[in-house]
This record gives sequence, C-alpha cells and structure tokens, in this order.
Amino acid sequence: MSKEEIYVVSAIVENKPGVLRNISAMFSRRNFNIESISAGTAEQRDLTRITLTIRGDEGTLEQVVKQLNKLIDVIKVSTLDPTSTVVRELALIKVNTLDARVRSDVINYTEIFKGHIVDVAHESLIIEITGDSDKINAFIELMRSFGVKEIARTGITALPRGMRSVGLEGEEVNPDGKSVF
Amino acid sequence: MVMMTGARALLEALKRQKAEVIFGIPGGAMIPVYDALYDTELRHVLMRHEQCAAHAADGYARASGRVGVCMATSGPGATNLVTGIATAYMDSSPVVAFTGQVPRAFIGKDAFQETDIVGITTPITKWNSQVKSATEIPRAVKTAFYIASSGRPGPVLVDLPKDTQIESAEMDFGDNIELRGYRPNYEPHPLQVEKAVNLLTQAERPIIVAGGGVIASNASSELVALAGLLLAPVSTTLMGKGCIPENHPLSLGLLGMHGTFASNTLVPEADVLLAVGMRFGDRTTGDVKTFCPDAKIIHIDIDSSEMGKNIRPHVPIAADAKRTLQGIYNRLIQHFRKKERSVWLSRVKELKNQHEEMVKPEGGLKPPRLLVELRKMLPEEAIITTEVGQNQMWAALYLKAYKPRTFISSGGLGTMGFGFPASIGAKVACPEVPVIDIAGDGSFLMTQQDLASSVVGNIPVIVIVFNNSVLGMVAQWQRLFYNRRYSQVDLRRTPDFVKLAEAFGAQGFRVDSLDEFLKAVKAALNSGVTTVIDVPISPEENVFPMVPPGGGIGDIIRGEEI
Repeated sequence: MSKEEIYVVSAIVENKPGVLRNISAMFSRRNFNIESISAGTAEQRDLTRITLTIRGDEGTLEQVVKQLNKLIDVIKVSTLDPTSTVVRELALIKVNTLDARVRSDVINYTEIFKGHIVDVAHESLIIEITGDSDKINAFIELMRSFGVKEIARTGITALPRGMRSVGLEGEEVNPDGKSVF
Repeated sequence: MVMMTGARALLEALKRQKAEVIFGIPGGAMIPVYDALYDTELRHVLMRHEQCAAHAADGYARASGRVGVCMATSGPGATNLVTGIATAYMDSSPVVAFTGQVPRAFIGKDAFQETDIVGITTPITKWNSQVKSATEIPRAVKTAFYIASSGRPGPVLVDLPKDTQIESAEMDFGDNIELRGYRPNYEPHPLQVEKAVNLLTQAERPIIVAGGGVIASNASSELVALAGLLLAPVSTTLMGKGCIPENHPLSLGLLGMHGTFASNTLVPEADVLLAVGMRFGDRTTGDVKTFCPDAKIIHIDIDSSEMGKNIRPHVPIAADAKRTLQGIYNRLIQHFRKKERSVWLSRVKELKNQHEEMVKPEGGLKPPRLLVELRKMLPEEAIITTEVGQNQMWAALYLKAYKPRTFISSGGLGTMGFGFPASIGAKVACPEVPVIDIAGDGSFLMTQQDLASSVVGNIPVIVIVFNNSVLGMVAQWQRLFYNRRYSQVDLRRTPDFVKLAEAFGAQGFRVDSLDEFLKAVKAALNSGVTTVIDVPISPEENVFPMVPPGGGIGDIIRGEEI
C-alpha cells in the first residue's frame, strides 16, 4: 500500500436536486473518507462544481475518481495537482473579546492574516478569513488562545493555474478509466 | 406534441420502448396509472408481493436480455421493491421500477404511505429520479430504459407523484436523450487489445474466467471461439454459468467458494488469465493473494471502476465484452499459430476427470444425483432459476447449463426467495420452454405466496424443493466451522408443501425415491400446470467441494475428511 495523502478532486456535475446526495451516498457506501466537500454553481448555470478533499492512498484516489465518473449526473472529474492549483477556503470565526486588550490583539492578527472583521459586538468579533487550509488552521490556532466561540468553514474550493482547465471545454484530465493506467 | 395525462403518457412511453409486460401491484398512489392501464393492451402480471414483482421483472430481464418492468405504489409498496432492486443492482440486471408517490404538495409532510424511495434506493440503483411534472414523464421513461440497458446494465427507479399521473399536459415523445455525464464506452482501445494479444500469444497456460458480463453482452459465441483458438480452458463465475456449454471440453465449470476441483486448481496455475465480464468478487477469488499469483491478468469489463477495484490487472480493457473478444480474436488469428498445448490440456483433462470422480453422485435421495437425472429430462433451452444456499450451489455444480440465459441465480446479493418469482418472470419471457426453480424449503417459504400469481396468471413453473427442514447452508457452516452448534437453523416442521401447492390451486407431489422424482418431473413437464415437488432430504447433507471462508481457492475441502 502506498502512503496516505490528501488529494483534491474537482467534479463538474448537473445542477439539479439529488446530485449531492448521490455523491455523498456513494462515498459512504464505498467507505471513502471525505475531508471536505464544497459545492457551488460553475461557469454555466446548469452546472455545479464540487470540490472534494480526500484522504487515502493512490488506489483510493483512483477508485474515487472512477466511482464519481460512474454516477450518471457527474459529467467530468479531475484530480488537481497541488503544485499548480489555487486552493482557497473561507472561514468565519467568532472570538471572545470581553477584554479590550484581547480585542486589539485580535484586530492586529486579523490584519496580519489579511482577514476582515465582519461583525462587531460588545463581547465578540466575527472574523472572515480566506486562504489555503494551512493558513486558516494557523489563524484558528492563534485565536484559540483568546477563546473561540464558533467556527464555520466552507471546505476548500480550487482551480488549476494558467490555461489548464477542469471545465467542460478544457483538456480531459481524467476522462475515464482508460487513461488512469 | 400530444395532450394526455401523465398516467397515459407513462403507458405510451412504455409502449414506445417496446415493453410487453409489467409486473406489479396497484395501490393508492398508483391508481391513476392502473386506471389508464385498464384501457390498454399492455400486459400486466399481478403479483402478490412487490418484492416478487421486482424479482419477476429481473427474471424476465435475465431470461430475455430486455428491460424488465415492475410497478408498485408509494410507501410500503415501494419499500417492498427494495430487496428486488438491490438484487438486480448487484447482478447488473436491467430492471426499471416505477413507484407511486404522494401528491407533490404532500411530499415532506409525512403523508399517508409517503416514503423517500428515491433516497432509499440511491445506493442500489444505477440511477433514479422523481418526476416533478407530467411533461417530464415521457423523457423520464426513455432515460430510465436507456440507462438501465446500456453500458453496465442495472436497475433504475422512477418515482411518480400521484398528481403528476393525473395532470394533463402536452407530451413530447420525440425527445432525444443526451446525458452529458453518461457515455458508456463500448469500443476497446486498440493498444490495450494489442497488449492482450501479445500476452495471449506468449501464454503457455492460458485460462479464461468468464462472468455475467459475457451473457449480458451476448458474447458467448465470441468467448467459445476465442477459447477454441487459444485452447484455453474456461472457468465461470456463478453469474457466468451458461456462457460456455458445460459439456464443452474446455469448460471447467464454476470457480470459487464452491468451485469445481478443476477450476479451483487450474486458475492458480495459469500464466495468463483473461478475465471477462467479471468483477473478481470475493466468492469467486477467495484469498486474492493465492488466486492466480503467477498470472499476467487481462481484465475486460464495461465498467472501468472494476479495473483495480479488487484485483489489479496488467492489461485493463474497459469496454464491451463482445467487441473486445471479437477484437482480440481478429488480431490473434492473423499471426497466431496454434500452440502445442498437450501438457496444459492433458492437465485440464486430468483435473476434470478428478472432479467428476470426486463428485460422483451417490445413490438415494440426494440432490446431486437428482439434479444430474433432472438435467437428462430437460431440453437444452430449459431455464433454471435457483434460490440461495445449498440448493443454489448444488444446482451450480450438478445441473449443467448449455446456453446463456438458462441459469438464473442471485449471485451478488444472495437473495433467498429470488428464484421462484424470477422463474415466473423467466416463464413470461420464454413461455415455450420449461422453467424450473431449484429451491430449499427455507428459501421457498420466503416468497411462496406468489404461487397465486403463477396459478391465477397461468404462468406455469416448476418448483423443486430440497426439503431438509433446516437453513441448510448456515447449518453446513455451523457443522464445519462452529462445532455443530446449530443455532436457529432448525425449521422443525416445514409446512406440507403438497397441501400448500394445492391450496393455491397448483399441483403438488412428494417423492421418496429417484423413480418417483422422475415421474413427478415428467408429470409436471407434461401438465403445463404450476407444480411443487417436495423432495425430503437429510438435514446433514453438505455441498462439496468447498473452500473455507478466508481460504485460497486451492484449499478445497472435498468432503470425505469430514
């Protein structure tokens, strides 16, 4: 067995009810581990782009791609190469700021991390931060020392850099089982 | 464009798909469809349990190669279909199920007989969908048939809210089906074919393992031709039984947990293994490490996700079995000189003889002998269905199949109660040939109520019940691996199957000797009446050969050491 890694898979699927359910049902039935899943409308309104992060070895990745391809409403599946991919995640973090000194520290750190304060109350702030998962993890760790009340993360979404495309018109990255070997 | 109700559109769309029969049961949320059915010529077989409707549609599909259609109402009607749909899914059988649903405005309100059947059947259908308006119905039917029958076949479910059945709309039946996410690939890649040809040309001990995909793609004659050209023996999975005539000199019979001595010994000895239309299921491979350790593996399957799922092939070919076997044959014959294979072929012959010696049927009322004798009374085209357990493995080992689509069994899901309703479906598909369900008393009791559909619907089938009053296969495992601790397998007093048959208006025989058995079979074949033949056998019978769970396929228990 090769070693476990995190892979990012991007799928273009039909934008209609039940597709996300089909995908998550397949993942649980096949015993695949999803670290995160995010979905949103893609370049055409009738398409949804789903970005998945998966933990497993190469064999798992291959099966994930093939089993996704096998679903009727999944149109195209691509594996993204981490070295040439823009990966972003958004997090909302609510931090306790009863202490005024804490409040200014939190604001300073948020600036350093290029985050935004999006809600201000007497006893708490909500910070919006985007970036790759490492950056968000680091920021959350920092905030924990002040007292994090709530966190909401979107899970990552991603696109390949440059002209490479994972859209319907782009080059076929993993069109089907044939090219995997 | 034509104006009509959703219910009529459904039946019109079925007609356009050339569906000739529906197996079903009406109910509240399906009454509009059944009302429309009242005016059509479309045949409907009224079943007595929805599970049987699904199995009958499945049996029809497997016997005919065409899409089988079943229908049920919402809620319990729909959930009763589930076992049948899951059975069809595991065995890649093209079944289309239609379910009624509560009216759109009631969905999500826990209305009477509401259930989320689309959610429930997501993991056991190739595709499913709920119709949102009547206009969608023609397209939904077309899509369902297309998906069920193309690529790797499988069941599809379409859920029809009651008010979409009643609603009138302009219907477009001409719509072309274009699915962006579904384009099954049939053509083998020429490079992969070339690689396969190279391996096969060099092979000294080639072997073919053929599965249900060979039957699904109607590739039997291509398979037999290629085997003959290569002089390669052919092992089959349970689902592949019948894809090569089992009296062919190159046929090795069943492979796997209850495989023949020849299959299970020769597969691990092969240097090139051509696996076609099979998925390396655990009941076929046993311990994968010792399955074919020295062989280069060529894997042909229409479903690319099967490549490397259980066993990693050296040459994967994700394409149609028929076209690929043809492609390999055509390339091979150009420069292939028939190999001198006397060593390999004499080994094949030797092991086949050893197997025959080993399983020589004993006298008395024992299933192996009865099945061998039964076969002699049946035409080659006769269709055998089986239940699951000992009856199934006896049938697989002793009742030779000579043609594809004549041996119908629940392989993947292992559904007890499948064989009898499947025999009804098979008989509807092939009314001219005898259809016989090989059953155990445990399995038959799970779906025997559909004797009513068989008798009333005038669909005469024959059920042979090997009646040992135990859940035989579990008892066998408890005997062999659990120190004879027979926990909850003793059925004690099974019903009087003769009286049971008669109560339904069927014919029943109890037999106590081979002679009586043969007479009963003859009477059943000649009568054209649904018949149950009760064959009391010993609860101590085992099915051998057998590979213990977790073992390699070569670790065969022959029986005499027990």
